[in-house]
Amino acid sequence: MNAVEVAGLRKSYGKVEAVRGISFDVAHGEVFGFLGPNGAGKSTTISMLCTLSNPTGGSARVGGHDVVKERDEVRRNIGLVFQDPTLDSYLTAEQNLLFHAELYGVPKSVVNERLRQVMEMVALWDRRDSKVSTFSGGMKRRLEIARGLLHSPRVLFLDEPTVGLDPQTRSAIWGYINELRRTEDITIFMTTHYMDEAEYCDRIAIIDHGEIVVIDSPEALKASVGKDRVQIHTSDDQAAIAALKERFDLDAAVHDGAVTFAVASGEEFVPRLFAGLGLPITGVSVHRPTLDDVFMNYTGSTIRDAEEESGGMNQMMRARLRR
Amino acid sequence: MTATEIAAVRLPTGGLAHDVRAVKIVLRREMLRFVNDHTRLVSSLAQPILFLFVLGTGLGSVVKNAIPGVDYRTFIYPGVLAMTVITTAMFSAGSIVWDREFGFLREMLVAPVSRGAIVIGKCLGGAMVATAQGVVILAMAGLVGVPYSPGLILTLLAEMLLAAFTITAFGTLLAAGMKNMQTFFGIMQMAIMPMIFLSGAMYPLANLPAWLHVLTVVNPLTYAVDPMREAVFGHLTVEPQVLALLNPGITWFGWRLPVWFELVIVALIGFTLLQLAIARFRRTE
Repeated sequence: MNAVEVAGLRKSYGKVEAVRGISFDVAHGEVFGFLGPNGAGKSTTISMLCTLSNPTGGSARVGGHDVVKERDEVRRNIGLVFQDPTLDSYLTAEQNLLFHAELYGVPKSVVNERLRQVMEMVALWDRRDSKVSTFSGGMKRRLEIARGLLHSPRVLFLDEPTVGLDPQTRSAIWGYINELRRTEDITIFMTTHYMDEAEYCDRIAIIDHGEIVVIDSPEALKASVGKDRVQIHTSDDQAAIAALKERFDLDAAVHDGAVTFAVASGEEFVPRLFAGLGLPITGVSVHRPTLDDVFMNYTGSTIRDAEEESGGMNQMMRARLRR
Repeated sequence: MTATEIAAVRLPTGGLAHDVRAVKIVLRREMLRFVNDHTRLVSSLAQPILFLFVLGTGLGSVVKNAIPGVDYRTFIYPGVLAMTVITTAMFSAGSIVWDREFGFLREMLVAPVSRGAIVIGKCLGGAMVATAQGVVILAMAGLVGVPYSPGLILTLLAEMLLAAFTITAFGTLLAAGMKNMQTFFGIMQMAIMPMIFLSGAMYPLANLPAWLHVLTVVNPLTYAVDPMREAVFGHLTVEPQVLALLNPGITWFGWRLPVWFELVIVALIGFTLLQLAIARFRRTE
C-alpha cells in the first residue's frame, strides 16, 4: 500500500484554479518533496491531503483512507507541521505536547516515554518546562516537529518546515528530519521552495501553476538536464543574446540579472566564448546542473523569477488558507 | 535510544473515551491559562468591586429611606455576582478568537476528535474559571451583610456555574466566526452592558414601566440573576412588604415563575447555544 495516493486532484477558488488535476503516489517510507515557487499550489495540495479543505475534483487517499469520506481516519494517520506556528505560547513546551497527546488519544501508558523520545530527538528535553514564548523561531519549529510525531503517525506532513529560519537552524532541522528516517517508521511529505532542501528528498515533484511538471529523484532530474549552465555579464545583454544565437546557435535569456544559457561542457566552452562572441564580457560563471537548472529546464524560469511573477496570487492564496 | 530501534506506528483508537479525554484537556488548558494570567485575574475583579462598594455605597445613601432595613449593597450583591461571572465567562470565550489569531485553534481543529468535544471542553472550562472568579466576590459576602451560610454558598456556586456555562456558550457562538479580538470585545461590550442593565442586577423588577418590564422579561440574563437574588434573600430577615418590593421575582402575565423553572430556562438556553456553537464550528475549515 502506498502512503499517499492522489489521482486527478483539483482545487479552485472561484475562477482561480490553484491545483489543476495532479496525480502521484508516495511509497511507504519515502521522503517526498513538493518543489515549486510560492503560489504554485503546494500549500493548497497539502491542506487537501490533510483534510483541511475539500478538493473540487479528483481523489486522494492518505494512509489508505479517503481524505473526504474518512476524514477522522486520515487525521489519526497523519502528523502536521504548518507553515505558521500553532503553539500555545503561554504554556510550557511539555504542556503543549501533553495537550496534543490527549487530543490525539495517545495511550496513557506510552505518553511519558514517547514525550521524552520526541523531545530528545529535537534536543528540547532540557527546555521542557520553559514557556514557549521564550523560544526562538527555530526552537518553536523543532517543538512543532516533535509534536507532529508525538502520536506516531504514518505520514508526517511538513509545509515549508524551514521557511523563515536562518541557514544554521535550517540545516539543524534537516538533521532532525534525516534522523527521523532512521528512528521512525514514517513517510514524509513536504513542500519547499528552497532548491538545496529538495536534495534531501527521495523523490521530488516539481509543481508550477497548479500542475506537476515532472516527478523523479533529484539525481535523475539533474542527469536529465545534462548540460552545464553558463552565466555571463556583459555591457549589452541583448546584443550578447543575439550574438550567442548567431555565432554559437545557443538560446540564451536573462535570468537573475545575467545572460544565461546551457551548453554540454561549460569549462571547455568558455575559451571559445571569449574568442568568438565579439563583445566584451565582464564576468562569467559555469554551474554543474543543480535543481535550479532542473526547475528552469522544466518550467522555463528560475524559481525566483516565478515567485516575483506570482507574488500577488500567492498572497491571496495565503489569505484564504489562513484561518 | 539506539539508531536501530524504530518506533512503530501507533494509531489512536478514537471513540467516547477519546472524546472525554479531549474535553478534559481543553478544560485543563483553560484553567492553566486562567491561573497563569494574573493581570486578567485582577482586572476582571475591578469592575464588580467598583459596582459593589463604590456605586453601591454612593447610591445606597440616596435610596436608604426607600428600602428600610436592607442595605443597597446587599440588594445588588447577587447582581454583582452575576456580573462577575458573565464578564469572566465572556473573556474565556473570547480566547477562541485569540487562539485563532495565534494559530492554536488550528491545532485543535485538525485533531481527530469531534468538534463537539472541543466546544464542550471550552464551555466547561469557561464556566469553571468564571465560577472561580465569582468565589472571590462570594468571599466578600460578609462585608455587605450577606451571611456565610453553607446552604447559601452551595446554592450560589451551582447557580453561578450554570449561568457561566450558558454565557460561555453564548460567547463561543459569537467567537466562532470572528477573526480579531477588537471586533469580539466591541461586540462583547455591546451585548454585556445592556444585558446587565436589563437584568434586574441593579434595581428590583417590581413596579417597572411596561416597556422596561417587557425588556427585562425577554433578557435571558434576568433568569440567571433572579435565582441568585432569591437565594440571598432567603437567608435574610426582611419585612414582608420590603421583600415584595426588592425581590418580586419574574412574572409572566402575573404568574410568578418558580426558581427551578428559571434555572431550567437558563439551562435550556445554554444547551441550545452550545448546540449552535458546535454546529458553527463543524462548518468552519
